[in-house]
Amino acid sequence: MLDDFFVRALLAGLGIALVAGPLGCFVVWRRMAYFGDTMAHSALLGIALSLALDWSLLFSVFLISGLISMVLVLLQRRGGLSTDSLLGILSHSTLAIGLVSLAFMPWVRVDLLGYLFGDILAVTKSDLAVIWGGAVLVGVVLVLLWRPLLAGTVNAEIAAAEGQRPERARIAFMLVMAFVIAIAMKIVGILLITALLIIPAATARRFATSPEVMAVLAALIGGVASTGGLYLSLATNTPSGPSIVVAALALFLAALLPLPDLVGRLTSSRIREDTP
Amino acid sequence: MASAMASSTGGALVTMRGVGVFRSRRWLIEGVDLTIRPGEIITLIGPNGSGKTTTAKTAIGVVSADAGSVERSRDLVVGYVPQKLAVDRSLPMTVSRMMTLTTRAGAPAVDEALERVGIRHLRKAQVHDLSGGEFQRALLARAMLRRPNLLVLDEPVQGVDFSGEIALYELISDLRESEGCAVLLISHDLHVVMAKTDRVVCLNGHVCCAGSPSSVAASPAYRQLFGARASEALALYRHDHDHTHLPDGQIAYGGHDHDAGACGGGGGGGDGHGHDHDHDHDHGHDHGPGRAHDPQGRHAALNGDPAPHPQDGAPAPRRASEHDHA
Repeated sequence: MLDDFFVRALLAGLGIALVAGPLGCFVVWRRMAYFGDTMAHSALLGIALSLALDWSLLFSVFLISGLISMVLVLLQRRGGLSTDSLLGILSHSTLAIGLVSLAFMPWVRVDLLGYLFGDILAVTKSDLAVIWGGAVLVGVVLVLLWRPLLAGTVNAEIAAAEGQRPERARIAFMLVMAFVIAIAMKIVGILLITALLIIPAATARRFATSPEVMAVLAALIGGVASTGGLYLSLATNTPSGPSIVVAALALFLAALLPLPDLVGRLTSSRIREDTP
Repeated sequence: MASAMASSTGGALVTMRGVGVFRSRRWLIEGVDLTIRPGEIITLIGPNGSGKTTTAKTAIGVVSADAGSVERSRDLVVGYVPQKLAVDRSLPMTVSRMMTLTTRAGAPAVDEALERVGIRHLRKAQVHDLSGGEFQRALLARAMLRRPNLLVLDEPVQGVDFSGEIALYELISDLRESEGCAVLLISHDLHVVMAKTDRVVCLNGHVCCAGSPSSVAASPAYRQLFGARASEALALYRHDHDHTHLPDGQIAYGGHDHDAGACGGGGGGGDGHGHDHDHDHDHGHDHGPGRAHDPQGRHAALNGDPAPHPQDGAPAPRRASEHDHA
């Protein structure tokens, strides 16, 4: 079964979607979309590092993305500039440095487009092992991190006052995100990773009444988008990464239709009724 | 430098000694001493930017001290209601889900906590749909669900209308009675708070004065910070006072001012003196025009005080000695 490239692609997409959903919820709740973009852009610098030193791609991307997020934490503590300005600086300068460094290595032939937009159809069996191993690891860390991270998302001061150590949870969360970007890069590419984090979560928001429900829904919606996008790609011979994002967008737009709104109104009026 | 050891706290929940917090090239607070003992209500007051919130946050370890020491009891359990809290609309959250944000609790315990603050019927409502008062109650229930021995409330009546404000303060007082937790309250709402509080700490970057509500209101430092009107507000709410604090720092005893004023008015007949007292009765001592009616020289002489009071609306007519004359 795994010998079929399309089955491998489907499984890889599902593995990524399952962790990108819950992780993406935090990105939405904490308004970190731009942060996700920045880390993804810095992945190109990681690719350059990997090629220059012949290090593992996964490790290099994780290292650089993780480093960039720690640099952001330090710059934020220093104060003076708003976070979005800092992110703008980090995001584009890491992308630029990555491209410039690649140009210094003329002996390296890179499929830049593959890195930018992903090449899910080239997923190997070992890639699949890394993705699913990574997904399980991220899932476990998220479960362990859930309470402090959610408390810190609602209010960092409450979390700190009541012993949840929100700053530690935040840094752990950033590293998890760097890791997910490193394993997801192959699937949707640097430029589209943030979409896989945010669009399913935003779609799930409409149907969710609690953070946990939203996280589970986001994982499921991401899985549907990934599978649907791959079939779309197969049927129409379109690039796989962008096709997945288009499928996710289609689900998001479908969720905007009035039907779910009606369902929501019915359930909420029922809640009102059973109150004394 | 700052330590958070449990030793030698002498039964206190939190002991702060000479605590300073230095941020953005200035000291937010300096040399703050504060001890919080089990079961007491302490109110922090002070103007905007005086370091009330910083002091409270340093006490419970949200902010780390740059000078001095903070000792916390090993079994300190904090329930915290912050000054500002807005749950992002993108985060779905029912009232009952919010209750277990930092602590585990079963549904019966959650319902009971909500019942205690009178919003059990809202347990399935989204927190974004609550009114200001309902939301503050939910935050209070959430903090109490942890069974804290120190409840920290930072301006808990913000965004709550006046009647809701009084109800909320009564609820806080009730919770303190039933749970026996200490309360550290930050407020600018001097009059309502002071009636319930055990100790007031007046801050302005440092501790200006501290003590019982009446002794703080009497202190010159407090008057300088808030002006005469502040202690007047206190007087309005504390009818058992036996003396009046004058803006110049003097204390007049036997100060049932209202009665005395009425007496003065009756005894003074229609010589214009009575009018002055009636006015005084209504508005306290903040009235320049009323003073103009008064023959100033006479008062000065009667008081044995040759210098006119520098403060506007001098309280001379309110002094006990005045009424002897009338």
